Amino acid sequence: MYIIIIGAGKVGWNLARELLEKDHEVTVIESNRRRYLTVEQELEHNVSYGDASELWVLERAGIQRADMVIAVTGDDEDNMLICQVAKEKYDVERIIARVNNPRNKPHFDLLGIKPSVSATDLILRLLEHEVPEYGLVHLLDLQEEQLEIIEMLLGKDCGVTGRRVGDLQMPEGSLLISVLRNGKGFVPGPDTVLEVGDEVLAVLDPGHEEQLKALFGPGDGSGGNGAASDGG
Amino acid sequence: MLREGHEVSCLDEDPESHARLEVGLDRGWEDLGGQFTVGAGLETDALVAAGIEKADAFIASTDGDNTNIVIAQIAQRRYEVPTVIARILDPLRAEWYERQGMHTVCPTRVAIDMLETAVREGAPRGSSGPSDGSAEVA
Repeated sequence: MYIIIIGAGKVGWNLARELLEKDHEVTVIESNRRRYLTVEQELEHNVSYGDASELWVLERAGIQRADMVIAVTGDDEDNMLICQVAKEKYDVERIIARVNNPRNKPHFDLLGIKPSVSATDLILRLLEHEVPEYGLVHLLDLQEEQLEIIEMLLGKDCGVTGRRVGDLQMPEGSLLISVLRNGKGFVPGPDTVLEVGDEVLAVLDPGHEEQLKALFGPGDGSGGNGAASDGG
Repeated sequence: MLREGHEVSCLDEDPESHARLEVGLDRGWEDLGGQFTVGAGLETDALVAAGIEKADAFIASTDGDNTNIVIAQIAQRRYEVPTVIARILDPLRAEWYERQGMHTVCPTRVAIDMLETAVREGAPRGSSGPSDGSAEVA
């Protein structure tokens, strides 16, 4: 694959390294002369000097034949517009943009720049993952498909442990898709009995998180959902 | 445009730039009905405070091409301002965005055209015969 990376900062440089190791063809474009010279010592001909906001710089880097453009500069406007031009003018099939300021995320969406990745969001997700008190971890949002996948850790006070999956009153539009127990994952059947320490993955229509959280959270497992707790 | 009786609202990151608005005016900017908001053009709160929701026209003319192109698209797509104009210095991108339906003004293009015209208009004088100094325009 031919990949153009805009911005040779920490993110861009390391990304280029990884992709080159995986035998992809890579060009990094950097607009700061000093930074360019530093990175060029290692990446040699794989780094190019110039302002990628300018069309001729992109064309010199061969954007017409690029399979992917990744914009990871420290400037959100640059990232947005470089990706917009790559996608709409040069028909690059895949683009990825970095969001520096999470408040600019709606602008990326407005301009149709997808996917856009925000380090703040990633750290927040990681934090949620590392700190189970959050209860429910967003793993994936499939915006187009209108689905999301979440992960829940079943704690000691969780209302559904010791119960059969078949007896759970799962909210409509949600489905348990896997259970991680002692480092192994499996797809639960109706007879699977949930245990303390299980990590369960559920797929659901957006907006059903609260119901799921109530069902799998602390309590008797009725989750305020009107489900009778028959103990299983 | 304020003098012509339009309602004009300026948004700038620098509070000091307010003073520039009043150069040559006999009264204060606000006294004449102008509005001035301090804030960044990418901040939707600032755009709303400056009145973008009721604007008939929106001009993005910061000193950064990229900022102007982004803000112009926000004004167009999100706030659906009927007339949106972006200042773009880079002639190639001004041309492309113009083709995408954005109204652009490219000062570089205007300057190139004017200089070119000036050079051509200068030519006939020299064509009447070899001039003394035979000056050339660089």
